[in-house]
Amino acid sequence: MRFRSELANRTAIVGIGATEFSKDSGRSEMSLAVECIAAALDDAGLAPEDVDGMAAYTIENNPDAEITRNLGIPGLRFFGRTHYGGGAACATVLQAAMAVVAGVADVVVCYRAMNERSQQRFGTGVQRLSPQPTAESAHFGWYAPFGLLTPAAWVAMFARRYMHEFGVSSDDFGRISVADRKHAATNPAAWFYGQPITLEDHRASRWIVDPLRLLDCCQESDGGVAVVVTSAERARDLRRPPVLVRAAAQAMAEDQHMMTSYYRDDITGLPEMGLVARQLWETSGLTPADVQTAVVYDHFTPFVLVQLEEFGFCGRGEAKDFVKNANLELGGGLPINTHGGQLGEAYIHGMNGIAEGVRQVRGTGVNQVPDVENVLVTAGTGVPTSGILLGRA
Amino acid sequence: MLRLLPEPGSIAYFGPPMSDPKAELMARLRAFEGKASSEPQTARFPVNVPMIEHWCDAMGDRNPAYLDAEWAAASPRGQMIAPPTMLQAWVMPGLRRWRDRPGAGSAVGSILRVLDEAGFTSVVATNCEQEYQRELVPGDVLRTSVTIEHVSDEKQTALGTGHFVTQHYSFRDQSDEVVATMRFRMLKFRPPEASAATPAPKPARPRPRPGITHDNRFFWDGVRAGKLLIQRCAACGRLRHPPGPMCPGCRSLEWDTLESAGRGEVYSYVLHYHPQIPPFEPGHPVALVALDEGTRLVADLVGVEPEEVHVGMRVQVEFNAVDDELILPQFRPLTP
Repeated sequence: MRFRSELANRTAIVGIGATEFSKDSGRSEMSLAVECIAAALDDAGLAPEDVDGMAAYTIENNPDAEITRNLGIPGLRFFGRTHYGGGAACATVLQAAMAVVAGVADVVVCYRAMNERSQQRFGTGVQRLSPQPTAESAHFGWYAPFGLLTPAAWVAMFARRYMHEFGVSSDDFGRISVADRKHAATNPAAWFYGQPITLEDHRASRWIVDPLRLLDCCQESDGGVAVVVTSAERARDLRRPPVLVRAAAQAMAEDQHMMTSYYRDDITGLPEMGLVARQLWETSGLTPADVQTAVVYDHFTPFVLVQLEEFGFCGRGEAKDFVKNANLELGGGLPINTHGGQLGEAYIHGMNGIAEGVRQVRGTGVNQVPDVENVLVTAGTGVPTSGILLGRA
Repeated sequence: MLRLLPEPGSIAYFGPPMSDPKAELMARLRAFEGKASSEPQTARFPVNVPMIEHWCDAMGDRNPAYLDAEWAAASPRGQMIAPPTMLQAWVMPGLRRWRDRPGAGSAVGSILRVLDEAGFTSVVATNCEQEYQRELVPGDVLRTSVTIEHVSDEKQTALGTGHFVTQHYSFRDQSDEVVATMRFRMLKFRPPEASAATPAPKPARPRPRPGITHDNRFFWDGVRAGKLLIQRCAACGRLRHPPGPMCPGCRSLEWDTLESAGRGEVYSYVLHYHPQIPPFEPGHPVALVALDEGTRLVADLVGVEPEEVHVGMRVQVEFNAVDDELILPQFRPLTP
């Protein structure tokens, strides 16, 4: 199949904003949302009056109507939400870009704000099911009664098979944590600023759900991040150098389940991310060799390896070798998660990764990769997901 | 505000007699710090293989370094060793002797009594850290001395208000060399008062219930009848799990079921530790089972130690009542 898209280089991210990242923000999620959006608009040199669209996650607790009222935005012409947790991260930019290219909106804010550590911890999983006879309660019913209850557990089931088929070790997962924490260690915004880890630390960390250790799992965080999307044309007149959306894509794949697609012939891949990858490469005309750095969604380390394979940075089953020799660290062949990722900086459901992609293209990252032309950013894995390619104008 | 004296209750208070009972108690408790908890204890028995074997049985530990003399002789150590965490077991006085003289005349007995009298009548061990200088081998004879290292200020805890008492243990061998140290901390706390308003203890949290819909009712009805049913397209015969209303192959809405023989193999598995979610035990094994009929399903494993589970393990279904209301299909390793 050949993919075509009207979106290539037609829109740009013109502003990014964030609150501090913490374990207890001490204020409402709504406050985090309006603070990060105001910061992103200010970064772009735009005012709330300029905003006429919003794109968010269905899992977001702050309704766009409340945000619009609180920020004094006169009105919206476009507002859309995407499902599947962190899989929605880059989809917000896709939705925004589609709205702008279609002329439905001019300035679209994408946001994610949550007290995910102090208020609602996803890590505790699904312990109570709705008694309603919905597809969702039936879905969780295949797992929760048996004790497969948490995102870590759902991913661990894939990870074990991946290890079994390709001879992947816990150390190979650990190399992702080491790279992320190395980058976080020099990022003052990161929760784990100044706290790098070694492979030994990873080996010594306790089991969460064997084969996943504590240091294979992202943090739980409070914080908010927003980005502002407008047309490439309008972007030229704004405060910051435009960061073009070269390509944006969403995907779910055959025999897709929410986070437990265990029934495909092969469960060592992420075919939904593979479909994102094919769309991004084909519609942008770029290849893996054209990307200088990537923000690879890292809620759990094993899926970072699988994503590297799905995007063609290495062959199937070869990620365990690709990640060796500090290849993913600054100075390596493909530095990833230069902000520290969600293991090191904060878990803001991938939105902080989009902000880092923007900084890398602008050349303003605290861990800046030299001569960045294109950055890949991916969204939540194991779920229906999304991705974007960002690049210099 | 200018303070001429430290506040009563702070560590540095050396002022005139206080009327504050908390501060008085604290001063009495602090006086125990640095004192020997009890007379040095000498192990009843040298480090020995029978006790090691019983301990390993109880712990489910099968490390040949503790259990297999031949294996251990060929290992870099050249001999069997005792499990390091067995450390304290060697110097325990034994039930009868402890019952006869429970810390009689010892400082730790006294400090516990002081806390009892102050209303902190409940006790819970909170944590224990051990450091090992060398591995213990059969024949070692241990001796331990214990000091009260620290008594905390009054703390609010989930269990109630109380004081943490930390004891430091030093373990020496027959040559008087220190072989290990241990820090043992307990919380002496005031139990919350029982009242009519206190609800009765809740029953153990039951497992989450499956959501029953028109599409999956047959499966759960089958489980209650002791059958593992797989949905089968009535038009093209394709098997599918989890079930749904339409065949993704031929789009037929007609279906019936095939009763599985209940055998298959572990296609993948996890061992769940954190967060601890009752009623599941830490290390709870959950498998993705590939049934011989060709479909897969998730279920937990029974009758197997977590460390024995492996991909490819042959398993057989059984139907177990996990509580008063819920029957689940679970899998047990097939004995060859």
